[in-house]
Amino acid sequence: MITLAPREFHMFNGGGREFLYLVPSAAIFALDEATAAVLHVVIDASRSEDDIVRTLADRFDPSTTKTAITELLQVRAMGYEQQPEERPARVLPMTPFPLTTMVLNVTNQCNLACTYCYEYGEDKIVDTEHGKQSKFMSEATARDSVEFLLKESGRVAHLTFFGGETLLNFPVLRSTIAYARQRAAEVGKDIDFSLTTNATLLRPEIIEFLAENRVGVTISIDGPRDLQDKFRVFHNGAGSYDVVAPKIKELLHRHRTRPIGARVTLTSDTLDITRIYRHLTEEIGFWEVGFAPVTTTPNQKYAIGERGFDRMLDQFRGLAQEFLENVVVNRHHGFSNVKDTIEEIHKGVSKAYPCGAGLGLLGVSTDGDVALCHRFAGSDAHKLGSVREGIDRAAQDTFLQQHHIADKTDCSRCWARPLCSGGCYHEAHVRYGTTRRPNLHYCEWIRGWTDTCLQIYGELSERNPAFLARFDVEEASAEAVL
Amino acid sequence: MTHLKAINRKAGRVVCYLDDREKNNDVVALQQPPHFPIGCSLVFSPGWEADRTGGTAGLCQPVERDIFDCHIGCFWPAHVPDHLNHAHDWTAKCASAQKDWRKLELVFP
Repeated sequence: MITLAPREFHMFNGGGREFLYLVPSAAIFALDEATAAVLHVVIDASRSEDDIVRTLADRFDPSTTKTAITELLQVRAMGYEQQPEERPARVLPMTPFPLTTMVLNVTNQCNLACTYCYEYGEDKIVDTEHGKQSKFMSEATARDSVEFLLKESGRVAHLTFFGGETLLNFPVLRSTIAYARQRAAEVGKDIDFSLTTNATLLRPEIIEFLAENRVGVTISIDGPRDLQDKFRVFHNGAGSYDVVAPKIKELLHRHRTRPIGARVTLTSDTLDITRIYRHLTEEIGFWEVGFAPVTTTPNQKYAIGERGFDRMLDQFRGLAQEFLENVVVNRHHGFSNVKDTIEEIHKGVSKAYPCGAGLGLLGVSTDGDVALCHRFAGSDAHKLGSVREGIDRAAQDTFLQQHHIADKTDCSRCWARPLCSGGCYHEAHVRYGTTRRPNLHYCEWIRGWTDTCLQIYGELSERNPAFLARFDVEEASAEAVL
Repeated sequence: MTHLKAINRKAGRVVCYLDDREKNNDVVALQQPPHFPIGCSLVFSPGWEADRTGGTAGLCQPVERDIFDCHIGCFWPAHVPDHLNHAHDWTAKCASAQKDWRKLELVFP
């Protein structure tokens, strides 16, 4: 007997309605009573079509049940049990793939000594003290990098400055922006700039420069004084909060040409997320705050364990709910984690790779070596060429061959894989010693968080669909200049 | 779609695809689920397969044995062993095609 069985999806509720997140297409459909009833029947046990019609006869007439079944089959929420499930083909991206973002590590030195830092702590990949790399990027290398970016990019290029502490090499940063602007105009491309800094070196003339040049700024900060000073300390052990707080306030006051965001590293000791969020938005004045768990091996005391991830999820859920209540009435809310995920959900992103590293995004080390991303900059094992010689296509191809989601067997039955795709390469490298492994230590957290974002998305689609339509408008204007 | 409502952009594209298929009178007779090719493959028919190049080398059964199904069940005229005159016991050892297909011998004229 031919029977119907569920295919891959995740059901969720939002605003009192049932939704379906289809895997791997990442399409979202709202269910009506009939389709929801049919799915609940087949989830229970695979049944023949007649059997389903009979089971639901007291609730729906046969023609209703049958059209519901047809639609669920068409969108592949169900399939015939006897028919093998279609797996999407393992398609590698076409290369050369346009480079969208280049992260320039203008220095590998830092004036802080944050104890959890992946660049200098026990988990570091590159020896920045005694290694072969120069400690600061030269102007010549920065210019070569700009040429490389403009050669490899499409119509729009993003140049991000990173470190170490980025502002330790402000002279090169300043001259590179001027040079890149001029060269982009000459070759007819659009370029924009951003940087990440710990804010210790901000001073009026730098702030003025950043505002005038519309440089996007992300500040690494962990929250109020007691939390910031736990890990983000100077080399002598002194906390950095009192140094950075007034400088950040001045930056926020003066720099109005781009929204300024805070980026918080969460550890097992600093999981006071709601308090951090309140402090950074209400007291300091950040437009957006994003959180990321610290990257570390599990044996560090500050590593977030299973219970820590639960605590994190609870508070993320609270803030996500707050985000929802605000955007429903068209008020801004700065919890960027939820906004970013909702945008991906809205577009129906289904990833073959967890991020753009090695494809649309590359990191450049101080001596001009090109790597997967800024976290691998300077690592010979993760090198993909150099700004002078160009992208090593063979190495890039090997990388793409080895990291496709189709080869991550652990992920093959996970409903969250269209968005997660195994997670951060650097995180995996630190945890498991290879970029190829999926990050199995936070699967539950990813699924929990994705489910929350789906619920928020579902509810938003009912209560304020115009908010979601903004993502389309933003993208349409972005595409117009591509 | 009357029961399902597309919510995100990807769902919109799925619906577009389905509408388009309907409008353009796509051939659907053979695509009606469950999708089995009509004919010999309705029954277990070892060797029916061809690889993606259309070749048969290395498949589960040599192409010469691909005639078993034509021999019994098919309405389509095909070159099969003449089981009335020359090869009347061709299937004698093959009580069940699923289990015994390897026992089918080659028949030469």
